[in-house]
Amino acid sequence: MIEIRVNGKTLKVPEGVSVAAAIALSGHDRFRRSVAGQPRGPLCGIGVCFECRVTVDGEPHVRSCQLLCWPGMEVCTDD
Amino acid sequence: MIESRWDVVVVGAGPAGLAAACMAAEAGRRVVVLDENPQPGGQIWRGEDHHWIRRFSASGSTFRGACTVVDQPEPGVLHVVGRNISYHLRFKRLVIATGARERFMPFPGWTLPGVVGAGGLQALVKSGWPLAGKRVVVAGAGPLLLQAAAFFRSRGARLTCLAEQTPLRRGLSFALRSGKRLQAIALLGRLCDVPYRWSCWPVRASGQERVESVTLRQGDRMWTEPCDYLACSFGLVPNTELAQLVGCELVDGAVRVDEQQETTVSGVYCAGEPTGIGGVDLALIQGQIAGCSAAGSLQRASAFFEQRARWIEFRARLQAAFALRQELRQLPDPETVVCRCEDVPLKEIRPHSCWRSAKLQTRCGMGPCQGRICGPIVEFLFGWKVDSVRPPLTPVRLEQLVNRGSAATADRHDSHPG
Repeated sequence: MIEIRVNGKTLKVPEGVSVAAAIALSGHDRFRRSVAGQPRGPLCGIGVCFECRVTVDGEPHVRSCQLLCWPGMEVCTDD
Repeated sequence: MIESRWDVVVVGAGPAGLAAACMAAEAGRRVVVLDENPQPGGQIWRGEDHHWIRRFSASGSTFRGACTVVDQPEPGVLHVVGRNISYHLRFKRLVIATGARERFMPFPGWTLPGVVGAGGLQALVKSGWPLAGKRVVVAGAGPLLLQAAAFFRSRGARLTCLAEQTPLRRGLSFALRSGKRLQAIALLGRLCDVPYRWSCWPVRASGQERVESVTLRQGDRMWTEPCDYLACSFGLVPNTELAQLVGCELVDGAVRVDEQQETTVSGVYCAGEPTGIGGVDLALIQGQIAGCSAAGSLQRASAFFEQRARWIEFRARLQAAFALRQELRQLPDPETVVCRCEDVPLKEIRPHSCWRSAKLQTRCGMGPCQGRICGPIVEFLFGWKVDSVRPPLTPVRLEQLVNRGSAATADRHDSHPG
């Protein structure tokens, strides 16, 4: 198991889990707000649609479905 | 300033790409395979212990995951970008095996969290997304629905409905004649207690901050099904962007290839879904032909021609059987968002006469996905031709575009995929 933080809350996830899955495991449905403020979450799951983008270790607009968690990772939704 | 030189570069590590890489590497060529995902296998085999993945690992090919091709700065060179890495690859032969993405259909509520692609939810679940005990409605068109539904159930989901827009007679006659008969019967057997509705499709997803229910239509009947996920897929769209960028001609939205799987650009081959949606069996055959051709073994390539012809027939039947019905054009209402990146509703797009005009005036297709989701939608809704491709193929940070790494960073990429 590795430890990451999602919106400031510590979470233990198995190795090999994507950031998108970790966000879902932490109980969040909404990954971001659209330009008009609508709630959005992953759509395509394969890195095409960009709906799952979040901030990882301060870097914005990271596609969470294409990135695996690493120890100590800091994830913020709603970027 | 070229960082890395290869006999054969394969883009895409799904069935077609892996088969091509195996053939070329086993013929003694230096082969590298690139994929956006950290793991090889494509959407279909990722994380599985598949014999093609084992064969690929033993073939002597190099795999570079978690990276994407953003440009062809000059013929024979690709600009590759990964997380914290950016370099050029020079190739003698290129095999494009970029697969396909799901086709989505806009209807009121389709942007709510919890409305996902059927294949998309599968990919998410394979990467650890929790599904146990969740109520899932699967809706759309094509054999992928059946397979996705069986997969969701195997991961503990409660399947409450499977809605296939295709009429029962067409679906059944395809399944019985397709050579996939046994597979179809086995899948149906595993789903025998799930309400399986033919000529049925979603008209609305409802919920506050996420989907809570979906309204389905079958003939004159409409009803609402509570759900945690609505997994939708209206068939697949070939990923032709890289092929277009390097100058390959398309025909009917797919990459044009000759007998050797060579595109209209000399030395550039294409295999699998970008040449037309035909499924894994055709992709494997085409990949093997492309790999042999790229290695110069034309004789070995020709051994697969007969099998390919059979699966191309299957492809034609598949596409005819699950053709989308016209009623789906009426699904979005004027306020329904069509371009999710820029939140452009149908009513703003409809007055335009073509894709270019809509893009310039409404920003439709101008967001981070670069029209990959809404492009196929407006093609279906309005018959527009959507073919503008320009570098970078995917959004990248400016420093990644400018600062190309050294050979050392490209080597580091090999030892630390992802």
